[in-house]
Amino acid sequence: MKFSVRFSFWIKTVQAAALAVAVCFSLGATDAGSRFNDLGHRLMCTCGCAQLLGECNHVGCTESGRERKELSAAIASGQSDKEILAMFSGKYGATMLAAPTTHGFDLVAWIAPFAVFGAALLGTILLVRRWVTSPAGKAQAAQLAEPGTHDPENEALREKIRRETGGDGGF
Amino acid sequence: MAAFGSFALLIALALAAYNLLAGAVALRLLATGQPTAVSPERLADTARRAGIAGFVAISAAAFALIWSVFTNDFSITYIMEHSNRALPGAYKFSALWSGQEGSLLLWAWLLGIYGFVLRLRHKTDVRLFAYAGTILAGIQIFFLAVLNFAAPPFALYNGPLPDDGNGLNPLLQYAEMVIHPPMLYLGYVGFSVPFAFALGALMMRYPGEKWIKITRVWTLVTWLFLTCGIFLGMHWAYAVLGWGGYWGWDPVENASFMPWLTGTAFLHSVMMQEKKGMMKSWNVWLIFSTFLLTLLGTLLTRAGLVSSVHAFAQSSIGSWFATFMVIVLAVCIFTYILQRKHLQSDHQLESLVSRESSFLFNNLVLLTACFVILWGTLFPLLSEYVQGNKVTVGAPFYNRVAVPIGLFLLFLTGVGPLLPWRATSLRSIRRNFVLPVIALWATVFVCLAVGVSPWKAGVFDSGNFYALVAFALSAGVTTAILSEFLRGAGVIAKQTGRNLFVSTWLLTRRNTRRYGGYIIHIGVVVIVIGLAGAAFNRSAESELGVHDKLAIGPYTLECTGFTQDSNLNYSTEYALLDVYKGGTKQFQMTPEKRVYQISGQPQTMVAIHSVPEWDLYVVYEGTNPDTGQPIIKAMLNPLVSWIWAGLVVMVLGTLIALVPSQKPTAQRGGGQ
Repeated sequence: MKFSVRFSFWIKTVQAAALAVAVCFSLGATDAGSRFNDLGHRLMCTCGCAQLLGECNHVGCTESGRERKELSAAIASGQSDKEILAMFSGKYGATMLAAPTTHGFDLVAWIAPFAVFGAALLGTILLVRRWVTSPAGKAQAAQLAEPGTHDPENEALREKIRRETGGDGGF
Repeated sequence: MAAFGSFALLIALALAAYNLLAGAVALRLLATGQPTAVSPERLADTARRAGIAGFVAISAAAFALIWSVFTNDFSITYIMEHSNRALPGAYKFSALWSGQEGSLLLWAWLLGIYGFVLRLRHKTDVRLFAYAGTILAGIQIFFLAVLNFAAPPFALYNGPLPDDGNGLNPLLQYAEMVIHPPMLYLGYVGFSVPFAFALGALMMRYPGEKWIKITRVWTLVTWLFLTCGIFLGMHWAYAVLGWGGYWGWDPVENASFMPWLTGTAFLHSVMMQEKKGMMKSWNVWLIFSTFLLTLLGTLLTRAGLVSSVHAFAQSSIGSWFATFMVIVLAVCIFTYILQRKHLQSDHQLESLVSRESSFLFNNLVLLTACFVILWGTLFPLLSEYVQGNKVTVGAPFYNRVAVPIGLFLLFLTGVGPLLPWRATSLRSIRRNFVLPVIALWATVFVCLAVGVSPWKAGVFDSGNFYALVAFALSAGVTTAILSEFLRGAGVIAKQTGRNLFVSTWLLTRRNTRRYGGYIIHIGVVVIVIGLAGAAFNRSAESELGVHDKLAIGPYTLECTGFTQDSNLNYSTEYALLDVYKGGTKQFQMTPEKRVYQISGQPQTMVAIHSVPEWDLYVVYEGTNPDTGQPIIKAMLNPLVSWIWAGLVVMVLGTLIALVPSQKPTAQRGGGQ
């Protein structure tokens, strides 16, 4: 009974936290100024300077002024962010978007880094666990766990010796 | 001079070829022990001397090019394309690396310098150095072959000789451009040396970890050059490109960052090999990858595969680099397969929570960051191949993917040093982590109290959120590092009766590598704080006639006029802006707009007023074609100077780590 009450408390806490995070992330820029700034940083200048539209200010740029005006007009016309990005992408090509979209093959661009990181993290943990639980690892651990070796006094002494002799070799 | 330079390059190629062949034959004979008419040792020594002579030949070629620039020899195409008579002396010197051929010559020359130093120090370990020297000769052959046959810097101009050259790209006419590329190249090229040692040690089944100790200084110096090169490039982008930022995730920036990440991973994991005889294969592949990434970066940017604001030299030498990379990779794989038994670990990890595993996770995160950057840089090519159309992978992608990884790395920077080697106990964790955790949460509350929150105008802002996390982690990591210093210094203070400052100094002297490393970490923290400031950048833009005002943050800019100036190289127009704070005039700023005489190219020269809180960054953008009014853009970029200060701390830490540790008196005496 006690366990189920505690469990349901944690479930509710996690649900509330997830909801809060979802609300936070679902909120977007609302006023025209911040939308212009936000969208200006999701589009590229097409003059070839390889800068974001919102940041392109080099002398003699033939494109960014006109494109910014188009962006302002699109925001004023009440189009959604998605529609504006699609409009620019359609007019100037996919390279106008500063980052890949989240559909089709472009989605791979977003997934791959996290997939690789997750796989590498999992692999590393499994590898370390295998090492730790291997007969050699157990023998080393047993040696470490011999009575007295984890004594706080011994630990402090080891730490002191390490510092005073500088025998750490590095970090 | 063109004939002299070309001949010098040809001689250098011949000498490098002899170095490789004679060196390889001598090492083979030494390995097999076959009796021969010529002593293998003497043959190896002739190879070494050929390497030294090769350096002299490449130096002569570099001198010939510099001489040609300074004497305005426009019969050489390279000089005609990258210099002009009115170009100031310092920039004439930098013309050496402003184009494809010159920068390749610089690469070969720096490789020659590294090789020269290595060959002079051969008595450290004659055989290992002979292997490394021979491998370096192989790399040198590639660059000299490119210089002789694909991108000759002394090619003569076809047609009637022009009176003047085309001049240097205006973007490169900036003081930092005189030192940034050589620094970066010293970093790039320098990784050839640990690569050569690693491959050589593997080929000869070098016993023990001594080769790592020998190459440690090389690797650290190279890493330092690359770090300085990257940051000088950031500062150049900040001060010259005029967009108010310093890092745009441009392919050229990425190309320099990738080997830095793998090199950093190597510097960490190599300690595992030194101390525990672990991660031998991993380390060998880290250094192989670092070298390959320096080549890949050059391939990507020089072959024109990806576009970049930093790519000032593109040509068709991509196929040369691609072929060389394949050859290097094949040699690495072949040698590894042949000698892999030599790389078996002496020990295994004993606990998931230990210093060893923290190094492992640190490497994991650094390599993931490297993968993310490589992936983002190559994805446009992949997309074109799969979908038939290119996409842009710009700052929004990296900010979402790489920033969380960077913050995780910062977290590990704090955690790693607090974990003991082998294994740890819960009590030890509690004792070591309590202060950093308190500092972390205290910073969160202070930040929230002063208005640094994840919300901007009531809306969640990921930039603000990351900044808050960065500040909090920075506080935690700094506390962790300082507590390590204090704990050690406390022991010494008790022993010697000296005060804490002197004890900290003595502690650092006793283990320069460890505490130099901690200082580098503090530098990283300072840089992260500076980077986090970008979340709070502000900007204002206005047409500004005489006596018009523009307000930004606590400052008000008043335009007092415009003035013009010109010299043989460019004509310029200044905006004169008085800056007021609290109604009092503080200083004057003079952003410029230049037009270069020879090329007719316009260029902005930003005015920056830097204080620890922020940079006031002002750009004279040009004139509104409709109204004829000048446009001024002002930006208030918080904490930018912290980034440059952090670099200074990192350099200081690296220099300390390079100094040999002072042995305690008893140990010195005991050794006698």
